[in-house]
Amino acid sequence: MPYLGSEDVVKELKKALCNPHVQADRLRYRNVIQRVIRMSKLDQWGQAEVLNFLLRYQPRSEEELFDILNLLDSFLKSSSPGVVMGATKLFLILAKKFPHVQTDVLVRVKGPLLAACSSESRELCFAALCHVRQILHSLPGHFSSHYKKFFCSYSEPHYIKLQKVEVLCELVNDENVQQVLEELRGYCMDVSADFAQAAIFAIGGIAKTYTDQCVQILTELLGLRQEHITTVVVQTFRDLVWLCPQCTEAVCQALPGCEENIQDNEGKQALIWLLGVHGERIPNAPYVLEDFVENVKSETFPAVKMELLAALMRLFLSRPAECQDMLGRLLYYCIEEEKDMAVRDRGLFYYRLLLVGIDEVKKVLCSPKSDPSLGLLEDQTERPVNSWASDFNTLVPVYGKAHWALISKCQKAEHHGPLLPPKTSFATSGHLVSEENKEGVQEPSDSEALMLVPNLQLTAEYFEKTWLSLEVAHQQVLPWQGEVHPDTLQMALQVVNIQTIAMSRAGAQPWKAYLSAQDETGCLFLTELLLEPENSEMQVSVKLSEARTERLHSFFSVLETVIGTIGDIKS
Amino acid sequence: MISQFFILSSKGDPLIYKDFRGDCGGRDIPELFYRKLMGLPGGESPVVMHHDDRHFIHIRHSGLYLVATTSENVSPFSLLELLSRLATLLGDYCGSLSEGTISRNVALVYELLDEVLDYGYVQTTSTEMLRNFIQTEPVVSKPFSLFDLSSVGLFGAETQQSKVAPSSAASRPVLSSRSDQSQKNEVFLDVVERLSVLIASNGSLLKVDVQGEIRLKSFLPNGSEMRIGLTEEFCVGKSELRGYGPGIRVDEVSFHSSVNLDEFESHRILRLQPPQGELTVMRYQLSDDLSSPLPFRLFPTVQWDRGSGRLQIYLKLRCDLPPKSQALNIRLHLPLPRGVVSLSQELSSPDQKAELGEGALRWDLPRVQGGSLLSGLFQMDVPGLQGPASHGSSTSAPPLGLGPASLSFELPRHTCSGLQVRFLRLSFRPCGNANPHKWVRHLSHSDAYVIRI
Repeated sequence: MPYLGSEDVVKELKKALCNPHVQADRLRYRNVIQRVIRMSKLDQWGQAEVLNFLLRYQPRSEEELFDILNLLDSFLKSSSPGVVMGATKLFLILAKKFPHVQTDVLVRVKGPLLAACSSESRELCFAALCHVRQILHSLPGHFSSHYKKFFCSYSEPHYIKLQKVEVLCELVNDENVQQVLEELRGYCMDVSADFAQAAIFAIGGIAKTYTDQCVQILTELLGLRQEHITTVVVQTFRDLVWLCPQCTEAVCQALPGCEENIQDNEGKQALIWLLGVHGERIPNAPYVLEDFVENVKSETFPAVKMELLAALMRLFLSRPAECQDMLGRLLYYCIEEEKDMAVRDRGLFYYRLLLVGIDEVKKVLCSPKSDPSLGLLEDQTERPVNSWASDFNTLVPVYGKAHWALISKCQKAEHHGPLLPPKTSFATSGHLVSEENKEGVQEPSDSEALMLVPNLQLTAEYFEKTWLSLEVAHQQVLPWQGEVHPDTLQMALQVVNIQTIAMSRAGAQPWKAYLSAQDETGCLFLTELLLEPENSEMQVSVKLSEARTERLHSFFSVLETVIGTIGDIKS
Repeated sequence: MISQFFILSSKGDPLIYKDFRGDCGGRDIPELFYRKLMGLPGGESPVVMHHDDRHFIHIRHSGLYLVATTSENVSPFSLLELLSRLATLLGDYCGSLSEGTISRNVALVYELLDEVLDYGYVQTTSTEMLRNFIQTEPVVSKPFSLFDLSSVGLFGAETQQSKVAPSSAASRPVLSSRSDQSQKNEVFLDVVERLSVLIASNGSLLKVDVQGEIRLKSFLPNGSEMRIGLTEEFCVGKSELRGYGPGIRVDEVSFHSSVNLDEFESHRILRLQPPQGELTVMRYQLSDDLSSPLPFRLFPTVQWDRGSGRLQIYLKLRCDLPPKSQALNIRLHLPLPRGVVSLSQELSSPDQKAELGEGALRWDLPRVQGGSLLSGLFQMDVPGLQGPASHGSSTSAPPLGLGPASLSFELPRHTCSGLQVRFLRLSFRPCGNANPHKWVRHLSHSDAYVIRI
């Protein structure tokens, strides 16, 4: 138990949180909690710990809730960022049914958060920025008036600059859009290519709402004729015309000329797509595509070639005279000389489609040119505060949701990792590899109607012989989630006296296990467990040495319970 | 709640390693951390990293890495605060925090860690309480000697010596030698401000931000009460008004928890009983509303010719401080377009220096007096000069790659917000020594002073 300043505090807390007698009596519980909160002798670490403990507290009534919030009010003004953030999180969680209280707290914590964002300590600054982003997901206008604090300075480390650019992108509103765009435009010409590209993508993000200004800025950037800038701008344009068709005209006017400056894979794909879909508005589209066709032999990326095929077909529909010849050459190359099979197949498909007739081609290729509704789907709609309140002031916002999900998956796998030496055995169809029995301690436990004999010693050969000689008595599919952890399953089965003859090692596809059990009358239950690669259900097949259906059902229910429990623990 | 704590030098050598819980990994963890840190891709943040069930969280302080590992989902703010506090504490006990002092005081550091953290939980970080438990004495590099002073007086005349704190005084270990009572009782109070400014290419001010701190380093024995008086007209927030005239204003202010604010409202006096060691008494921020003019203004004139690749930059730097003040150690850093071949320069005064390094121009001015105007003319050849499309060959829009100019400087005896410490009074102290020395200093320095071309 952490030392929270004195023995009294520890005693009080223990009473409140661990003593069921206190917890049962509401008045006593409440008094103890109040005493703990009022402890003034706590230093900042004690306060942070107390705030952490209080997360588990459930106030019984509204007045009690507001009582506690009033008492904790002073913590929000503490000079220690840990205490302030801990108090904020507690407020957000306690007041989950009162969104206006939550908004109020977030307004009060604006000051400390902004101070942390400009702190001398880079690490604190980074943690604060991640939390600011978290808040902006729910309250996009929250920091709009303080946008200047998020301007990057040249000496900051790269990761902080990237976070600040993201924040700037998210807090744009009508009043500050002009200044924010100016600032981002400055960043686009930064020496560091990564940072410049991040700034351009950010402008693309803002362009979904403030299309005209952003397209203008992006067009000017094209004029600089810098490779790393041009490729990202073209990619942004491609995304933009899909989501905001109103800017297509402006984009088409800006495009001619930029093909000279694009050398990388992504940029080429984006440019080719644009030329194909909107080619009729771009005067020199066929000639640019012709350049690509001439060089297709030296093109290394199959994705670019596929894009080229699709684009040229589309352009052919709108400008047949100019494209016919090069389409022919391209198709010939793709079908006869191309080594990548996907490209070749695509070429063949288009060729055959053309043979069928132009109407068919039009039907297949004339897809919509834009889909503004996708923008609405993509946009993070304002998420309610409660969805992330429990992650506030933890490591989750600092890692980011995606990274954290990855980490928790790995962690789950680790926790069930073999505490005992791993057994590697395969159970392939029809061929059994024998496995030693575990000499673990067996807890004799009996199921209600069925008494399975403990310490069953069945050899693998005997199992195999018996298995092959019997018919399947019962087969059922049980729901399953995620990976199998053989050792956990084996131990759990042993608790109910089901012996494992053989089990695939974890992660084998498909995963199989063979189990055996014997009841007191000597009837053998032989079971096969099979888990398909999709991991969503486990197939259980049971064979009996004697035909006893009621025994079968009892046995099966035992098995089902065990498997269900193991599945639940992990999911 | 942390599992391990270790300190690495700037090259990755482990200096200190302590395992609190014994639940994950062994002594190879520091190496693993360093390798992972060095191998991290550019955009990812190194502040919190994950490996194998463990989270690594670290700060960089004085070139050292202070790293903590944990397996739980803890609050990043608390953990970062703990690491900063440990850094300050180690600095207090060893004199200053550096590779040298740590390696000389390994036993003291381990003792401190033992007392501060128990099984990974923080017990206390207060210097008061720790003092009672720490027995080891710190090892200092060399004793302070008179010959260190750069301005030793002759013939007993009153010299700068009495008015200038010895430069090594601030780096003495605070809590050293109980037995050595002859050490001077001193207290250092610093008002330090960081100035961030962004000026657009047309000269308009885009952003100005001042972050200020009042820091106290006390060598006094415990029990002395201190009163710090600030400028009376200093107002907090936009709506407050005190005294006549515009006054001195800050947007927000926050205090250390041990500061007594009874007299703050009325007379702007802070009362506290400082523990030995370092303490940040007050923090304040001010943005967008600076009462004094900005210290520096830059007037650049850029002429470039795309055809011949010739670039000529004429920089005029004007210092707008009051005539009696001066700025020190000014450096102007101007990134240049790629491929600069040669540089010729004309500077307005002999003690300035300009040189080309790492794709940027560095102009050093050791001292600038208030009100003065300095200029420098730089000519260079840049084959392949590129820039925004323009009419004619010579243009006023800057070429590509001519980055924003950044200035770094120090302004001694000057605060941008105007906040000053009026007095620092100590009440009676128990051991009745000679009058303690009080050193108060005001200092501003630039954090990110950026002027766009």
